[in-house]
Amino acid sequence: MAVREKAVGRALELELRGPPVSLWRDAWNRLLRNRMAVAGGIFILIIAFGAVFAPWVAPYSYKKTNYDRTREPPSFPDYIMGTDELGRDVFSRIIWGGRVSLTVGVVGSLTALIIGITYGAISGYFGGRIDDLMMRFVDVMYGFPTLLFVILIMVILPQENPLQAMTSIFIAIGIVGWMGMARLVRGQFLALREKEFVLAARMTGVRPLGIIARHLLPNSLGPVIVALTLNIPGLILTEAVLSFIGLGVPPPFPSWGQMVADGWRGMRATPWLAIFPGLAITLSMLAFNFLGDGLRDALDPMMRGTY
Amino acid sequence: MQRYIAQRILWGVPVLLMVSIITFTAMRLVPGGPFTSGGGGRPVPPDIRANMERKYGLDKPAWQQYLSYMYRLIFHFDFGPSFRKPGRTVNQMIFGINFWKAPLRAPILVSAQVGLVSLLLAVGLGVPLGLISALKQNSWIDYIVMFFSMLGVSIPNFVLGIILIFVFGLWLGWLPIFGWGDTILQMVLPAVTLGTHGLAFIARLSRASMLEIIHQDYIRTARAKGLRERVVIIRHALKNSLIPVTTILGPMTAAWLTGSFMVEWVFSIGGIGKFFVTAVTDRDYTLIMGTILIYGAALVFFNLVVDIAYAFIDPRIRFE
Repeated sequence: MAVREKAVGRALELELRGPPVSLWRDAWNRLLRNRMAVAGGIFILIIAFGAVFAPWVAPYSYKKTNYDRTREPPSFPDYIMGTDELGRDVFSRIIWGGRVSLTVGVVGSLTALIIGITYGAISGYFGGRIDDLMMRFVDVMYGFPTLLFVILIMVILPQENPLQAMTSIFIAIGIVGWMGMARLVRGQFLALREKEFVLAARMTGVRPLGIIARHLLPNSLGPVIVALTLNIPGLILTEAVLSFIGLGVPPPFPSWGQMVADGWRGMRATPWLAIFPGLAITLSMLAFNFLGDGLRDALDPMMRGTY
Repeated sequence: MQRYIAQRILWGVPVLLMVSIITFTAMRLVPGGPFTSGGGGRPVPPDIRANMERKYGLDKPAWQQYLSYMYRLIFHFDFGPSFRKPGRTVNQMIFGINFWKAPLRAPILVSAQVGLVSLLLAVGLGVPLGLISALKQNSWIDYIVMFFSMLGVSIPNFVLGIILIFVFGLWLGWLPIFGWGDTILQMVLPAVTLGTHGLAFIARLSRASMLEIIHQDYIRTARAKGLRERVVIIRHALKNSLIPVTTILGPMTAAWLTGSFMVEWVFSIGGIGKFFVTAVTDRDYTLIMGTILIYGAALVFFNLVVDIAYAFIDPRIRFE
């Protein structure tokens, strides 16, 4: 396989080039050479910065109304993305809305990761009967339509204030989205547990939990990081869909999906109300996809190009 | 082969049963039943509520409700009465008031048509684009296809739908922006909206798998034999490179044929996709159950079809 040969050749080349390069250092260098991934990473950092420091970065508050200047098209110094029907600044609301999308994306992905790793680790480490049964349950979970199931869980959970609403989104997304991660971790563990170093660890008396934590997990970290990153755009989308149908964070706190939902009926007269938040969703999903793609190529040259 | 198919069908039964039990349990946990508030959110007087609940059997123990529901479903193909729309049954809501009179207008088949057209678009364009960009790796055409496919994977379908409505419907005025089934032109925007994500995904997937295949030894052998490049690609590489695409077609077909909430919402199409949201927000228990079971059955069925398709594409995949 030429890809493999190329990878081996590349490893040799790096080895011959002087000071030894660690696996992570090498991956980092490869990532930096991928222009789209770097651009994606920088874009994410910018939105994250805006989201964290929104009160200082955004020109206005998300609920600051200006009844003299409602539905104003984008104009340079004051409202660079225009104003909505209450005279609120669209640009500021997008910056604030980034808090919702990014938090749901990152925390939701981590929630799914924790459930998925625990489940996949148990299934993959023990194998056999337990593995069979646990994977059957994953099949059952795949039998549910994602959107309906998320909404069903969200309706069950309480959401009286924005914080509770956010938490219930995380939980709902975590419950629905862990199966992919579980399958991935399980596959990695099944392959790794037959390796000699695991056998050696077992012979020296390391306990199952120790083997999982010390030997199996670190060795499957690469694919897990990639899956974690590539999960995020899907979750940003789920949150946007939920907000679009009115089940996300309650207004007046903005989220991108909610802004698109509020704006799109008036597309003909006030296109900026739907287009800019729509662009925000698309660009941040694009950024995470490029970054995830770059990470995969960097962390695992053998997997290059697979989706 | 027949045994394998029988096995897979039999495995679908416990999956669907588990799905129905979990759904049933989850529905009981939802605060507020179908009769806690009337139209406009006014509270329903307790006597009336008790009467309503008795009429629909909600006063019986949960396991009894579940068993009688499953009995009617399995032996009479009856999804039960809608808990929200008085006088309507879930069968009517999903299959239309009179299915046989106008089958193409039945909500479930409207959704299936939207899904089918989108699917044809996604596979018909996605696979060739992916293969071309793999065969011309690192050329400008590869870069363009890969960039746009990344964009297609990243743009949410409701954002895309809104942009398409704005540009082709309102601005240029070329295409109708709502409805389904009256003219051919009506199909364009919904199908593009639903199909773009899958198209882009399939393009990336088939490119990746073609790239992997053409570096295999047996392709080198085929070339070394002196076969023409076209023969090498079509006879030897194409079939194997389609396997990953076939795999994702199972879940994708199931999801698309049972309707997309977003697309039906944005384009005002009367399919069953809207139930994936409204059934829960209306607390329409029987409709939730019906929607989930139809989706689950579609998933089990199309995954089975995919498994059988493997056998024809790749004889190495043997059934035990």
